[in-house]
Amino acid sequence: MSSSFLAINFAYVISAGMFIFGLKMLSSPATARRGNLISALGMLLAIVVTLFSQGLDYKWIVLGIVIGATIGLIAAYKVEMTSMPEMVALFNGFGGIASMLLAWSEYHQNPQMSVFIGIVASLSAFIGGVTFSGSMIAFGKLSEKIPGKAILFKGQHIINGAILVVALLSTVFFASNAESLYWVYVLLIIIALVFGVTSVIPIGGADMPVVISLLNSYSGLAACAAGFVINNNILIVAGALVGASGIILTRIMCKAMNRSLANVLFSGFGAKVQAGGDGPQGEIKPASAEDVYYILEAADSVAFVPGYGLAVAQAQHVTRELGDLLEQNGTEVMYAIHPVAGRMPGHMNVLLAEANVPYDQLIEMDDINPRMDSIDVCVVIGANDVVNPAALTDENSSIYGMPIIEVHRAKTVIVLKRSMSPGFAGIQNALFFMENTRMYFGDAKASIQALVAEFKGGN
Amino acid sequence: MDAVFLTFVFVLAIFLGFELISKVPSILHTPLMSGSNAISGITMIGAIASLRIEKYGFAAFLGTLAVVFATINVVGGYAVTNRMLEMFKKKDEGGAK
Repeated sequence: MSSSFLAINFAYVISAGMFIFGLKMLSSPATARRGNLISALGMLLAIVVTLFSQGLDYKWIVLGIVIGATIGLIAAYKVEMTSMPEMVALFNGFGGIASMLLAWSEYHQNPQMSVFIGIVASLSAFIGGVTFSGSMIAFGKLSEKIPGKAILFKGQHIINGAILVVALLSTVFFASNAESLYWVYVLLIIIALVFGVTSVIPIGGADMPVVISLLNSYSGLAACAAGFVINNNILIVAGALVGASGIILTRIMCKAMNRSLANVLFSGFGAKVQAGGDGPQGEIKPASAEDVYYILEAADSVAFVPGYGLAVAQAQHVTRELGDLLEQNGTEVMYAIHPVAGRMPGHMNVLLAEANVPYDQLIEMDDINPRMDSIDVCVVIGANDVVNPAALTDENSSIYGMPIIEVHRAKTVIVLKRSMSPGFAGIQNALFFMENTRMYFGDAKASIQALVAEFKGGN
Repeated sequence: MDAVFLTFVFVLAIFLGFELISKVPSILHTPLMSGSNAISGITMIGAIASLRIEKYGFAAFLGTLAVVFATINVVGGYAVTNRMLEMFKKKDEGGAK
């Protein structure tokens, strides 16, 4: 072992420590930004010491870094906060394909692999490939380049099951004699790319928080597998941290929808639109901008409950403006956030932070529900299933058992909605027909702008 | 023996990851995701180390492509996470009013 090899590996230990510290500092918004910088410095250290390895061919490295850094920076600074879910999906995919290419390149160069290395090289290619094509589909769905709803095809479970069996057999076969089975490796990569498509395409738009979390986890595991191939600890440690992070987020998202991971992945939820007429019925009470203004003006406490509709309408800034006006009026203002509101974990928090809502006003579901009875007005903006009381009371509802923000317990509920169309789950919302609910129809942004105008005119 | 040692590291890191991440509040889940995404760009280290002088032709092409994708992941991931975290402010730090 040369001394430079040792020095490089000691530097990797420091980098791993910095990643861990960085993640630890993400446990509070006050330290999170510094944590991210420490993590980035750890990465920089690892990259710089790697560049000191002997015998590198710098022309390719520099070319790759320049191209990658340019694309990465442009993307990072141009992306809109509302488009963050598709951006993260895209980056997940890139991480996956990088690990796949690395393993492939290693195999191409040194085809004599032991059985163990053969297996991890296959895993790296397979997980990486699935992550890439799956993420591209998720990206397409989130950016609405392909239809966001669940696309089901006949015999889907059988086909996906068969693909997995073939992939497993190919892995074993390949590892038994890696050197002479190049075609099996290429086949495995193709299978992986196909499987990513067939496994993500049946999953509907509102289940994307689960899918992105899972793909996030895969991208880490792919890096891990690549670490086994090239016998490198730092890839394994960093990959495992990311893998664990993705798994935890996946579990949180599933819990917040009261569904198992298997149910999300295989059921094509939201593909079937239920026949109309059997949902809750009753009289709805529409309200004008003026009506809503008087309700809000008289309230002591107001909780905004945002959903994906807020992101679609880009209504986060005007919502904060309304919140500010209410505060000047002496009203206590909160923003109640459901864990699966939006299209990725934490989506609403980022949008509201972008609009300068201080993070101490962003309240989690479990913290707002106990005090719901004392809140005067809940304003639901573009959310539907996450405030549907049927989840608590109606055992026949497809969302029964899902934890919700219990806005119906507030004294008055104002629901901003474009029309009476049902939400993602395809069910009509009992909330709309309740005694204390007022429906305020229209585009979320325009509706709130009208309220802001009322407030400014009234003062 | 290498395989055992690496697996050992892997298992410990997974447990550490669970401990760390379960302490992240849900308000920071999006930055957590993009930040951990940037960390998964660690493949870049492997891709750089794989581009050795004796590597040429198709293997060098694959390695270079791996560097490109991993760099996008690292640079883009950290930059966008920083941009997001910059926006999270406490009340008294004030917003742009």
